[in-house]
Amino acid sequence: MTTLFYVFAALAVGSAALCILQRSPVSAALWLVSTMFSLAVIFVLLDAQFIAAIQVLVYAGAVMVLFLFVIMLLNLGHASSDMRGPSALAAAVVIVGLLSIELVTLWRYTPARLAQEISQAPAGLTDPSAIFMGGQIAQEEAAARGIVGGIAVPLFQQYLVPFEITSILLLAAIVGAVVLAKRKV
Amino acid sequence: MLLGPVLGLSAILFSIGVAGVLLRRNVIIVFMCVELMLNAVNLTFVAFSQLYGASGYIMVFFVMTVAAAEAAVGLAIILAIFRHKLSVDLQNINLLRG
Repeated sequence: MTTLFYVFAALAVGSAALCILQRSPVSAALWLVSTMFSLAVIFVLLDAQFIAAIQVLVYAGAVMVLFLFVIMLLNLGHASSDMRGPSALAAAVVIVGLLSIELVTLWRYTPARLAQEISQAPAGLTDPSAIFMGGQIAQEEAAARGIVGGIAVPLFQQYLVPFEITSILLLAAIVGAVVLAKRKV
Repeated sequence: MLLGPVLGLSAILFSIGVAGVLLRRNVIIVFMCVELMLNAVNLTFVAFSQLYGASGYIMVFFVMTVAAAEAAVGLAIILAIFRHKLSVDLQNINLLRG
């Protein structure tokens, strides 16, 4: 399982790098689809099968098809190079370097270490699930109600109001997209 | 459990997304890099869900909804700008420059 994770992590990083380096927007979009599929596999490895399914359906399916649709509608398939100049490259190297140093320190975090730092648990702690009960409860819930049921119960009870607000957001987005894309207002 | 490596992967993907936003001038590719950054954050939420329970999955659900809405509205804006300027190059889109 760990090997599989590293294979797909390498695939995701490689596809993402190719996505930002490709000259043609169509190939950039297709490499991004490859990144999203690799991420879906990693979601499955992390026991989030429902999230993996909607990752493939919503991101790799709907959103990227929308992107490809617009690229082809605007006839941008064979664009010339649009990389910024050397000054922007230097700025990007500095900013991305600092950001990645900052973020990659997260690599050191294992559940045991996180548990130790949050609760000052004894150093010999080996079973982090003794402190993080939430994950254990969620796993039992998923085992009892199925994978989708384990997500549906909190979504339609604890988070019902945000869920309803999301529907208003989507309605506003539909109206906005139609109005903006219309030829004459 | 793969918490550390997953967080590292998410950091690398987020950094690649930032690099893309800073390096490219094609609006559509900049937009795709924003989607890549949202995906990296989703990965973090899923990784922490293993410890903290289903709230992370719910958050990923909402992030995906907002990303889909954002893609629809953003691409409509790009379409409108392209009709006006006949270009998707960020250098030519400078109406708000002082």
